[in-house]
Amino acid sequence: MSEPVHRFTAKIPTWSPYVTPVELATATAEQLAAMKVTPSNKGISPYVLTLAHDPESLEVRSPLFNLIMYGRDGLPSAERELGAVGASIVNRCVYCTAVHASRFLGLTKREDVIDKIFADEREARLEPRLQALFDFSAKLSTTPIEATRDDAKRLGEAGLSALEQLDLVLSASIFGWANRLMHTLGEPVA
Amino acid sequence: MTTLIEQLVDIAPDSPLGRAIKTRADVLRLSEAAHDAVLVPRDPGGLSHGLRAALAARMCRHVGNDALVKHYESYLAHSAELDVAALAEVDGASGDARQDAMARHADLLTQNPRNATRNDIAALKAAGVSEADIVRLAELAAFVSYQLRVVAGLKLLRDVAVP
Repeated sequence: MSEPVHRFTAKIPTWSPYVTPVELATATAEQLAAMKVTPSNKGISPYVLTLAHDPESLEVRSPLFNLIMYGRDGLPSAERELGAVGASIVNRCVYCTAVHASRFLGLTKREDVIDKIFADEREARLEPRLQALFDFSAKLSTTPIEATRDDAKRLGEAGLSALEQLDLVLSASIFGWANRLMHTLGEPVA
Repeated sequence: MTTLIEQLVDIAPDSPLGRAIKTRADVLRLSEAAHDAVLVPRDPGGLSHGLRAALAARMCRHVGNDALVKHYESYLAHSAELDVAALAEVDGASGDARQDAMARHADLLTQNPRNATRNDIAALKAAGVSEADIVRLAELAAFVSYQLRVVAGLKLLRDVAVP
């Protein structure tokens, strides 16, 4: 019997939707195209099958998400993942946090960083560059938006280039989107 | 062609941030396509173009971005759907149970998504919102939250940039 997961973890749970996902067998051509279903790709997750209820959005969001998180140059991948974690902690998306904390760990092996974030959430004290990144992404994610010019200035002081700063804004912001889907349309279970 | 986000932020193209934005032109272009997909989709389902514009304006009011409020109100005016216009105000209601339930859910997704639970989806279903429309509404609110943050973040970077 699986139970909802409410605590932050780097062990990726299963995502269970609150709405009935689209069924592959009855999906429209537009839904199949948005889900990128091909003869060699039929393993579609419940999350993507749920989002297929709105194929026009899904079709655009998937490539946008991939460009922001995995695009060339700019902010190192691990630091984009940290931006994703900062947003997901604020929005309390346990599933998104698990996926992106685990990617951060895979890239950096920095368990100390994730342990501190899970223990202290927004109060976590990190080394200067990671602190500037984490604080900015968290403060950009609150409503009202708390990020200030001082927070932005700290990014430059921590050595982030203009492109790296832009990538951080984008990775935190795209999780303002992803969290509002993942956390509100279903729940993590383990 | 300049995208909406670039118009709202107005960054000098020859500045370091302007060049960074040029490097990420594909992201800006897809963000514009996402805006069209949630605001004026070919298949709007149970969320008319006017309702989408009204809810988007409402969300931008919550976050206090006047330029985006104005943008979405121009879409609302263009739709000529007078019955949903009241929903563009933060406490506005249309008197239609389904639309008002969607507006309350849009408020939650905008202001406090961390508090959303299974019960909020059950409330939408009880008010007659279809499952596909629940997903459409989530995408609309989630996109607007994304856009508000890209604009706010870029303005901060612009304001502190060293020329």
